[in-house]
Amino acid sequence: MKLELGFIQIQDIQFSKECKVENGTLFVNADEVMDFIFKDDDAKACIKSASFDIARPGESVRITPVKDVIEPRVKVDGPGGEFPGVIAKVDTVGSGKTHVLRGMAIVTAGKIVGFQEGIIDMTGPGADYTPFSKLLNLVLLCEPMEGVHQHEYEHAVRMAGLRAATFVGELGRDVTPDETREFETYGVKEGMEKLPDLPRVGYVHMLQSQGLLHDTYVYGVDAKKIISTLLNPTETMDGAIISGNCVSACDKNTTYHHQNNPVVADLFEQHGKTINYVCNIITNENVYLADKQRSSDWASKLARLLDLDGVVVSEEGFGNPDTDLIMNCKKTEQKGIRTVLITDEYAGQDGKSQSLADADALADAVVTGGNANQVVILPKLDKVIGMLDYVDKIAGGHAGSLRPDGSIEAELQVITGATNEMGFNRLSAR
Amino acid sequence: MSYRVVHYINQFFANIGGEEMAHVPPELREGHVGPGLAFNQAWKGEAEVVQTIVCGDSYFAEHEKDAKAQVLEWVKAAKPDLFIAGPAFNAGRYGYACSNICQAVQDELGIPVLTGMYEENPGADLRTKVLIIATTNSAAGMRKAAPAMAKLAMKLMRGEEIGASCEDGYLPNGIRRNFFDKERGSKRAVDMLVAKLSGKPFTTEYPMPSFDRVAPNKAVKDLSKAIVALCTSGGIVPKGNPDHIESSNASHYGEYNIQGVERLTEETYETAHGGYDPVYANQDPNRVLPVDVLREFEREGKIGKLHDFFYTTVGNGTAVASSKKFAAEYAQKLLQANVSAVIMTST
Repeated sequence: MKLELGFIQIQDIQFSKECKVENGTLFVNADEVMDFIFKDDDAKACIKSASFDIARPGESVRITPVKDVIEPRVKVDGPGGEFPGVIAKVDTVGSGKTHVLRGMAIVTAGKIVGFQEGIIDMTGPGADYTPFSKLLNLVLLCEPMEGVHQHEYEHAVRMAGLRAATFVGELGRDVTPDETREFETYGVKEGMEKLPDLPRVGYVHMLQSQGLLHDTYVYGVDAKKIISTLLNPTETMDGAIISGNCVSACDKNTTYHHQNNPVVADLFEQHGKTINYVCNIITNENVYLADKQRSSDWASKLARLLDLDGVVVSEEGFGNPDTDLIMNCKKTEQKGIRTVLITDEYAGQDGKSQSLADADALADAVVTGGNANQVVILPKLDKVIGMLDYVDKIAGGHAGSLRPDGSIEAELQVITGATNEMGFNRLSAR
Repeated sequence: MSYRVVHYINQFFANIGGEEMAHVPPELREGHVGPGLAFNQAWKGEAEVVQTIVCGDSYFAEHEKDAKAQVLEWVKAAKPDLFIAGPAFNAGRYGYACSNICQAVQDELGIPVLTGMYEENPGADLRTKVLIIATTNSAAGMRKAAPAMAKLAMKLMRGEEIGASCEDGYLPNGIRRNFFDKERGSKRAVDMLVAKLSGKPFTTEYPMPSFDRVAPNKAVKDLSKAIVALCTSGGIVPKGNPDHIESSNASHYGEYNIQGVERLTEETYETAHGGYDPVYANQDPNRVLPVDVLREFEREGKIGKLHDFFYTTVGNGTAVASSKKFAAEYAQKLLQANVSAVIMTST
């Protein structure tokens, strides 16, 4: 399956009377986008009010609480559309041509949905830890209708973000991309014939599915309800997987992470050179032991069925999913499939505790996204998009995190994407 | 004013001699001797080795207490900003001396310390206690070791925060520290997989904690003839803790005679353990070390005999390395006494 991505580099975002992308600038008429968002019945029922704001790299701006980050894209050729089974119809994506508005994102934020949304700082020490400080962010700030159940509200805000991204992505349909790249993986037999001498490699992509606002959706299906299955790598690049998370922001994958999965990108980089990148195996992280056993059995079974020589496994979240991670590792290694894990650590503020809740000697190749318990001080910034009311409550914060001078003392956990376990960042630990 | 440093080296690096001179007792010299010159050069006047302590490796090993006392006395008087030892490379007794004297200076005088050695040097067992710069296994690595030690030493003297072990070159000390790597995690993972697939060396970023699992011995065939010993990490000691076993991170174990003791009482025994509420153990120490039940079994003929000695320490925060050392030692005593079964209790 072959996908062509056309990257349109966005260099600025401006509010305007009309909506268009011109010479690298995204012009947005906020009312038009808002009309599109509120055509959704759930948005009407759950969101009392919403507004847009713009946060640019380097500005003294703090966005919090952040729910999701989404990259605007549009399908210009081939089957399907963005966010299949959620926004577009459920057709299989991952082939044809898609335009990407690169360098920007839609960020959903506002009064808390769960308890643990994150912080994005556009400057200062916090900005070093989140990849989203480097993007032009069009922030959709939402206010819940009184009395709305938080799960309903989560759904409404999730849809609002995706709809905003769809609307903005559409503006890139007729724009000539600055750069075009092709990504292709082969069928099993075809790949064997084309790359007979290269090791066969897969990507075991663990999806957060613990529930209670730890959720992921694949073609619109709640990942709790899937059995481990196969995906063409280009499908995730084309919006097949979206985030439904509102918890512990540092190591949950936003929709942006799924669209720009760095493991997929770096495996493609080696595809045809040192490896034959065969496919992705998606598997979940349910809380019941039987589910863990079934899902890890199936993930390793599929890897064996495809005669994979090696896999990269990425975790999402921590604690409970550590057991899924180790089960996946043990089962693939025991089948003779060389395995590398990506995780992050909860080694305590002093860094002295055991980092994971599970361990096994077969997990001898581990990449870490850093210790999420590390304490950071985030200085007061001039402008807050959203509100600071929840800083003490989000995961990684504590009573007194928000200090009288407006600065924040909290664990790295509070920062969106800080210890991402797809290996999105350079942060590590020893 | 520059920082003042006291340097510890052995007889070999002081040019006194090799193994044949390893018996020399500690000696204090003014200024730098041997590798101290390289430190001074690296510090460019910001710090200086003001005194060098030379001690024979055998002397330190055989008179550890005296050697430590002498070195501590000199270091205390010198009031340096840093105490540095070695590097010892793969010299076992030298490495042992460097780590242990560093730990003593750090713990007893509160002075920052640094040493350097090869990761397999026995002295490197103390890597979680003192900072140890990783060196090669021979003195040929001095050219790299000295600047690395000098650099981290300067951070310590300036009071700067130290970086991750891979940044500052010290042996991983069990304290996880964040840092920004050159490549993003996914690239590091793919590179690691490619290396793993092609049989090339790679280094995991998070070594799995190794649990030292010990398979249980086969069952005792006839318990009625067996000598059974009681051992515990629950800190049960004679009242007053005569051997001063620490309440946390114990440095030694105790060996106590219970010949003729029918049961442990509140008046005669207690716990030294600082990691749990001691009220119930102190009320009835048999709850942790069941002498009473074992005596019953003895009378009923269920066991041959309760061993006359019990071995005890405090498991609270005590290093696995220490625990292993204690048990390896008293296991020999148990074997010599023909003990064939041990009941080990923890808390």
